[in-house]
Amino acid sequence: MRKNPSLRIYALAYLAFLYAPIVLLPIFAFNDSRVIAFPLQGFTTNWFAEMWADQTLFIAFRNSLTIAVSAAVFSTILGIFAARASTRYKFPGKPGILGLIMLPMVLPEMIVSMALLVVLIAVGVPLSLFTIILGHVLICTPFAVAILTSAFQSLDRSLEEAAYDLGETPASTFRLIILPLVMPGIISSLLISFTISLDEFIIAYFLGGNQTVLSVYIFGQFRFPAKVPAVMALGTILVCISIILLTIAEYFRRRGIAKSGGKDTGGFL
Amino acid sequence: MEQGAARGRFRNSEAANGLALVSPTAIYAILLLAAPLAAVVLYSLMVDSKVGLSSGLTFDNYLKVWTGRIDQALMLRSLTVSSVVTLVTVLLAYPVAYFVSFHVKPERKSMWIFLITIPFWTSYLIRVFLWKVILGYNGVVNSGLMSLGIIDEPLTIINYSLGSMIMTLAHAYAAFAILPIFVSLEKIDRSLLEAGQDLGESKLMTFIRVTLPLSMPGVIAAVLIVFIPTIGDYVTPELIGGGKLPMIANRIEAIMLKQNDKALGSAIAVTAMLIVTVVSVVFLLLNRRFLKGQSK
Repeated sequence: MRKNPSLRIYALAYLAFLYAPIVLLPIFAFNDSRVIAFPLQGFTTNWFAEMWADQTLFIAFRNSLTIAVSAAVFSTILGIFAARASTRYKFPGKPGILGLIMLPMVLPEMIVSMALLVVLIAVGVPLSLFTIILGHVLICTPFAVAILTSAFQSLDRSLEEAAYDLGETPASTFRLIILPLVMPGIISSLLISFTISLDEFIIAYFLGGNQTVLSVYIFGQFRFPAKVPAVMALGTILVCISIILLTIAEYFRRRGIAKSGGKDTGGFL
Repeated sequence: MEQGAARGRFRNSEAANGLALVSPTAIYAILLLAAPLAAVVLYSLMVDSKVGLSSGLTFDNYLKVWTGRIDQALMLRSLTVSSVVTLVTVLLAYPVAYFVSFHVKPERKSMWIFLITIPFWTSYLIRVFLWKVILGYNGVVNSGLMSLGIIDEPLTIINYSLGSMIMTLAHAYAAFAILPIFVSLEKIDRSLLEAGQDLGESKLMTFIRVTLPLSMPGVIAAVLIVFIPTIGDYVTPELIGGGKLPMIANRIEAIMLKQNDKALGSAIAVTAMLIVTVVSVVFLLLNRRFLKGQSK
């Protein structure tokens, strides 16, 4: 096919548009002015120091880590059950059950969080980090299922049958054959769920009671114009962390595809 | 007969195994999703007063929501914003997906997709806030243009407007639109395009008559993936709209938490879900039509 330069230029311009706001983060995080505006005023690392000195940030960050790790682990475990069931077995009500599990993907988060809030209040569960985890597991599970389904789908059924023929039990086959083969999928599911949970705001905001997590902390900082440069500094660090995590996830995803002998079609979704 | 019974037993055991395996996830979704959603539907049919929820069921809340001027206006605004965002995002995304699928070497495709998805995985809150910083009264655009001497006074049309909300959301959901279109373009059999051109169609006509219809399922998926979260967006109206241009999600929060009227809030939530469902069903039917047209 003939190269079309205008299409290439358009695609590059589009990438520039995608990255434009993010590029501003480090620029203003190191800019020596409380006002986020041009012209730039010179280099400073004060905003990083100011951010670092804030104790609430560390509490919020620790809370977010607790939530994100728990949500990632639980949603990946739930994802393994659902993905294995959907790729390996036929059972009654399958589309309905899987549809319900995947539903949070297409439901506005505000509705998910309000529905949970109403029920939690009615049942009398106090709002805490635990209730945020409950909500986050719910919204991370569909992503875990999607990633793990493609991992389980690329499994060669004959490997499993060979293990049975060689006298392995279903449990040991799962542990010795299937688990290692889908391990890259599990790792990228953990990382993606972790990232989603860390970034999630609505559920954390409404189901957290008086507990602060990172996204809620950031949202609170937006009210104070003087705090904005420190948020830019924090944002710079968060973007770096996300890029590192995603690169690791992408590495494992590609290795998984290479392992099962598939062809790389690109993308997480 | 015996074989049939054995097969039946196998089926049963397969069904039982499958159900057992899916049950932890299914039970979690039933307890924490289906039950709460059912509770919201139930609440929406009650009346919330100071003494608590009434036991009788009524459609009063829905009447209030569907005929109330504020609610109507907010629903219309949410629909408008998310429709425009969806249109803009999908139109802008299509050429990019097309470029990556048809003009990028196979071994570099996943690199492009990776580059496109990175901004999407970085903090949504911060990305939205960055647009506020960029488009604000003393923001990056205004201060940049002023220091370059292009304008003398800050432009006011770009801050706290529907336009800047649309811009922010279109940016936030860009990757969502590109991926499904890309996937559907990848599935197209390249020999069909060659056949089209061999039969004397121009490149443009081949695109319109072969590529575009075949990629429609991806376009429809993109429409839904962008439309659904944007209609329920809370952060952008709050930050970019400055709280002055609320949408449905902000309204649900205000009624449920600030006015503490769970029944009315639930009715708005159910209405929002109905809108989303109706739009989704319309697009899914369109999709089915496209698939049918292809198999003829």
